[in-house]
Amino acid sequence: MDAAAAVSQLFNGLSTASILLMMALGLAVIFGLMGVINMAHGELMTLGAYMAYSCQLLFAHLAPAAGGWSYLLALPLSFAVSALLGWAIEVALVRHLYGRPLETLLATWGLSLILQQSFREVFGSNNVFVSTPGALTGGVAIGSSIQLPYVRLFILALAALALVGVFLFLYRTRNGLMIRSVMQNRPMAASCGINTRRIDALTFAFGSGLAGLAGCALALIGSVGPTTGQNYIVDSFMVVVLGGVGQLLGTVVGAFSIGEAHALIEYFTSSTAAKVAVFTLIILFLQARPAGLFPSVSRALD
Amino acid sequence: MKVSRRGFIKGVMATGATALGPTLVGKTSEAWAKGTVKVGILHSLSGTMAISEIPVKNAELMAIEEINAAGGVMGRRIEPVVVDGASDWPTFAQKARELITRDHVATVFGCWTSASRKAVKPVFERYNNLLWYPVQYEGNECSPNIIYTGACPNQQIEPAVSWLLKNKGKKFFLVGSDYVFPRTANAIIKGQLKAMGGTLVGEEYAPLGHMEFATIVNKIRQSGADVVFSTINGDSNVAFYKQYAAAGLTPEKAPIMAVSVAEVEVQGIGPQYCKGHYASWNYFETTKTPTNPKFVAEFKKRYGHSQVTDDPIEHGYLNVYLWKLAAEKARSFHPPKVRAVVGKVSFDAPQGKVHVDPANQNMYQVVRIGEITGSGMFREVWKTDGLVKPEPYSPYISDMMCDWARGGLVKR
Repeated sequence: MDAAAAVSQLFNGLSTASILLMMALGLAVIFGLMGVINMAHGELMTLGAYMAYSCQLLFAHLAPAAGGWSYLLALPLSFAVSALLGWAIEVALVRHLYGRPLETLLATWGLSLILQQSFREVFGSNNVFVSTPGALTGGVAIGSSIQLPYVRLFILALAALALVGVFLFLYRTRNGLMIRSVMQNRPMAASCGINTRRIDALTFAFGSGLAGLAGCALALIGSVGPTTGQNYIVDSFMVVVLGGVGQLLGTVVGAFSIGEAHALIEYFTSSTAAKVAVFTLIILFLQARPAGLFPSVSRALD
Repeated sequence: MKVSRRGFIKGVMATGATALGPTLVGKTSEAWAKGTVKVGILHSLSGTMAISEIPVKNAELMAIEEINAAGGVMGRRIEPVVVDGASDWPTFAQKARELITRDHVATVFGCWTSASRKAVKPVFERYNNLLWYPVQYEGNECSPNIIYTGACPNQQIEPAVSWLLKNKGKKFFLVGSDYVFPRTANAIIKGQLKAMGGTLVGEEYAPLGHMEFATIVNKIRQSGADVVFSTINGDSNVAFYKQYAAAGLTPEKAPIMAVSVAEVEVQGIGPQYCKGHYASWNYFETTKTPTNPKFVAEFKKRYGHSQVTDDPIEHGYLNVYLWKLAAEKARSFHPPKVRAVVGKVSFDAPQGKVHVDPANQNMYQVVRIGEITGSGMFREVWKTDGLVKPEPYSPYISDMMCDWARGGLVKR
């Protein structure tokens, strides 16, 4: 591997990591903090991706000249719409199944099938495409054989922003404080006057919104179709489990370890082999440290 | 619990599809004194393959409706029984068995992936029924109970490689999804490159559904390839084309020749990412024949103006007509009798006049290479002078051939 290839690969690893991080952030909140296994998480991402597509359609009809700006609207919208759906899912379904992980898993899996079919009914069974905004086409060229695509730099920045946003929300706002207290000790939080039902719904909606945002970002580099979310769901769980359930820092480190390991191994072998190798390494690691990179000390998970 | 619920959901889906089938066609079943003839439509209407297979199912239903409107087959109205293979190969086999033994269909139109075809093959052979398979495939199969109208390797892959060697350069990078079709296709291409003086500078496979192509694109960039030959299938194509463009690789530097990207896939990838790249097929929506404009207009009228037609859709459509003509020729719906005369009929399909080779039950057809345009359509840049005789066993990787006059699979 010469220097140019090495730089490209390190960047590719970083980029993969940022994508994994985007995908896993929402799950880190819902699965990590709340302990809810939400099999419909991928479909919340798909919804976000479809929001990017809807905005693109809307602008094409109403203001074709400003088409490039549709993506800017799509970012907050994808968060809002997925959060709204997440809130509805929590109130209508997940709320009634707390403490019953197997039933939750089955119910949300059924929900994911229903959502996939709904996407098919609304948006058609074919994949649709989201065009990259003009400002994000092309890339920074370093020398003649390295190009860092703007799209990937953008997702990198967005992942960093989302991470900071999640951190600020959880650790610097009143709602964040309430979320953490409910997740740590529900009866105590309730006796302090916190409406735990409202906090559950809020947390679930927040995690869902993050999934929507991830879907919107991934629409720039991947496919947008009814089953898009299925392509990401396994990787997302992998990142959260490796990082250590309940730890934001763990999710970040997990994403970066997997991203870089995958890029490096893939360069010397093939993508199938890299996937196998990364999975094997994760399994071995979890054998040694079942709680992940950063084990949680929270009592909620006892 | 998990299994039974899953089975239940699939059952409901399949029942829904079956119930829907007959209502889609014909309002005047009473008017047919001699009754109906049932045919099976077996595609994935749910799961990952639904994206590709639903339009083919639609084209098959359209052909059936047209035939019924024009008087049916030998005075009988065709009654389609639509079932869902659910992108799951054992389900395909089970549904095929049900179609034949429970619904007593005269023939079946269906499948897309080679895996689903291989799953149903023993079923069709056991009950001596007939499957019409509409998709290009890797060859290496010789079943008396399947009519393969999609392109064989020598009707798509091999001409594309020759054309690239002549017009675009000698250094090939092969990239594909990791399953039987791309692996076989690339074995053929490597044999052909060796025979025709090309060089292989790289070969990479990605798992189906893979979304991260940065490393593969980086390898392509480092390899100095003149052309990229892609057998990537499904959703991964979107990621591959977008990331190829984002890395600054262009059709001028190294064009991608694809054999699994048709009009439907281009719509999903976004035409601006595919513009200038190539694909090899037997039919494009833009193909100029006397019959094509009517076919395209009719398809859009039925299924929406944003819908496009493409090669597998067209093959699904022509399969129904070929079966009708063969049944009329045989004066029977009995599968072995239909099969016996399948080589004796020809059909003016949207791609032009085609007929089946009775020796191996694949189809004589024209091979076309198209450049993808900004509107997501193909501009034909090359085509064969006449119909190409199908060769399901490529001479580059096999010394066998399929010839039913000599009893099936024999030495070349």
